[in-house]
Amino acid sequence: MFNLFSKSLLNRRGTAILTIISISISVTLLIGVENIRKGVRTSFSSAVSGTDIIVGARGGSLQLLLYSIFRIGNSPNNLSWESYNELRNNKRVKWTIPISLGDSHRGFRVVGTNLDYFKFFRYGSKRKLEFLKGKPFSKVFDTVIGSEIAIKFNYKLNEKIIIAHGTGKKSFLNHDDKPFKIVGILKPTGTPVDQSLHVSLEGITAMHIDWESGAPPMEGESISAEEVLKLDLTPEEITSFLIGLKSKIHVFDLQRKVNTYKEEPLSAIMPGVALQELWNILRTAETGLRVITWFVLFAGLLGMVTSLLSGLNERRREMAILRSVGAGPGTISFLLILEAIILTLAGIILGLIILYLALFVSQPILENYFGLFIPINALSNRDIIILGGILLTAMLMGIIPALKAYHQSLADGMTIRL
Amino acid sequence: MDKVILEIKNLSFRWKDSDSLLLDIPEFNVKKHEHVFLQGPSGSGKSTLLGLIGGILVSESGELKLLGHDIKNLSRSGRDSFRVDHVGFIFQLFNLLPYLSIEENVMLPLSFSSIRAKNSGKTKIDQLKETERLLKSLGLEEQLAKKNPVTELSVGQQQRVAAARALIGNPELIIADEPTSALDSDLRYSFLELLFSECKKAGSTLLFVSHDSTLSNLFSRKISMDEINNNVN
Repeated sequence: MFNLFSKSLLNRRGTAILTIISISISVTLLIGVENIRKGVRTSFSSAVSGTDIIVGARGGSLQLLLYSIFRIGNSPNNLSWESYNELRNNKRVKWTIPISLGDSHRGFRVVGTNLDYFKFFRYGSKRKLEFLKGKPFSKVFDTVIGSEIAIKFNYKLNEKIIIAHGTGKKSFLNHDDKPFKIVGILKPTGTPVDQSLHVSLEGITAMHIDWESGAPPMEGESISAEEVLKLDLTPEEITSFLIGLKSKIHVFDLQRKVNTYKEEPLSAIMPGVALQELWNILRTAETGLRVITWFVLFAGLLGMVTSLLSGLNERRREMAILRSVGAGPGTISFLLILEAIILTLAGIILGLIILYLALFVSQPILENYFGLFIPINALSNRDIIILGGILLTAMLMGIIPALKAYHQSLADGMTIRL
Repeated sequence: MDKVILEIKNLSFRWKDSDSLLLDIPEFNVKKHEHVFLQGPSGSGKSTLLGLIGGILVSESGELKLLGHDIKNLSRSGRDSFRVDHVGFIFQLFNLLPYLSIEENVMLPLSFSSIRAKNSGKTKIDQLKETERLLKSLGLEEQLAKKNPVTELSVGQQQRVAAARALIGNPELIIADEPTSALDSDLRYSFLELLFSECKKAGSTLLFVSHDSTLSNLFSRKISMDEINNNVN
């Protein structure tokens, strides 16, 4: 019986394969979109693990999160070194990481910070930054680069690089009088750290000390790299800073304190809350995408039913012969439902194979070019429910051609119509 | 010898309630081992009668007993399995499933009928041997050895494969519905001879339906539709 079924299906393999492919594509989309969505979320969340509060100049909380952690966009304003010092010495605060932004190197952001960055910054599940090669910066013109930059430009330790003023990909204003030496290369983290160059706050100050309101020094006013080391390089301002608290209970306490800070307008945000804000914005787009993939799936299943239905006429001889050797109309309609199930099952399996292959191939690409790490996981319960739902839908839709075959074989009987 | 295989009494049939009667057969019997030639032009209700005997259609009134069972009293699936257990069919054309091999086509009824499977052999191997024996005695040894796909067989060869399928597992009744009308006249006679001898070996009764009476003198009994059917249009 199964032999009969499989040979009949094999006989119509052209349409069967097309049906399987169209179902598999929708399955790939459906489960893939879900995987990427989850990957994006974990990727974003993993970039801020361990940080309780981020403080920056007054502005939108999402904006503050995006520029200080994800290097997306720019800060509206800086905050003063004095405010930073006052807040870092607050008794609730365990550690802080200052961040000073505004420069770049070949399109990658330069982050001015201090050694606490390598000590306290956490990503993923509270993982510390580790060095692939070298060590943290110790001199003013030292830099520690993220893994992606090292790979992309094939940078080695002790190589000298020029930092550009501003954050554009193509910069016309370079700090070419003060080259930086690569002293460390970080291990990959799958976070924006991989795409950052880290220098000391003093380095940032040194680069800009002879600049006047964003413009390079006039003739004869520039200060050389040697001379600058003799000056006081304590920064006057920074862009933002991350705070780790001694106890999480005081998060709201400190947040209120920052938001009502008298000396200058500041904002304090909790990264988790700000991320939630981001997800809320993205939700509409996600829903749209999901609706589209469901429609794609529906079109795939509808295509299958259509091909089964249109195939029925050509299969009248087959059914009449089966009727003459004892197959009832019930058996014949069962064969059609079975066919719908088998085709869909094959589509699901093929779809998953395509999906995992695609993830496998695209994972390094996404990670390198977008800093997006999409984990390759086994199917979640939700995925399995979705796939089960697809199978059930296919079975229910298979009833349509099955019913037609039932009536057709009842009417035709053993008469062979062509 | 005189046992009645098919017994029809006062059988009537119409397609729809509004239609006039298509069949009205007061009496028609077929005895065991008989080779009956049933002649009638197209539209005379031959195919409908075969549908009734096969249990695909159900009569409006009257009695149709096959091997002593009134088919009307069986459930629909009961009629389906009764049909395959006791009746082998050969049609005019396109008898074979193109995607099955010659042997698989012949063995098709065995997967639907345990009685005929048992009759043809205890094991799958025995059943395959019986299939090969039938095909060989029907003159298909060469095609079998070459493993020809059924689509490459000539019409005459296809009809012989169909005959083997009808005969396998020795069903009590073989119904042949115009099986020779697509064949050349030489082939018709040789096909009929083979069919007769295999029916004899299997102990099957043959009901041969055709509009073409030239073959009728080869049969032990000849009857035409208008003799048994009162309702002749």
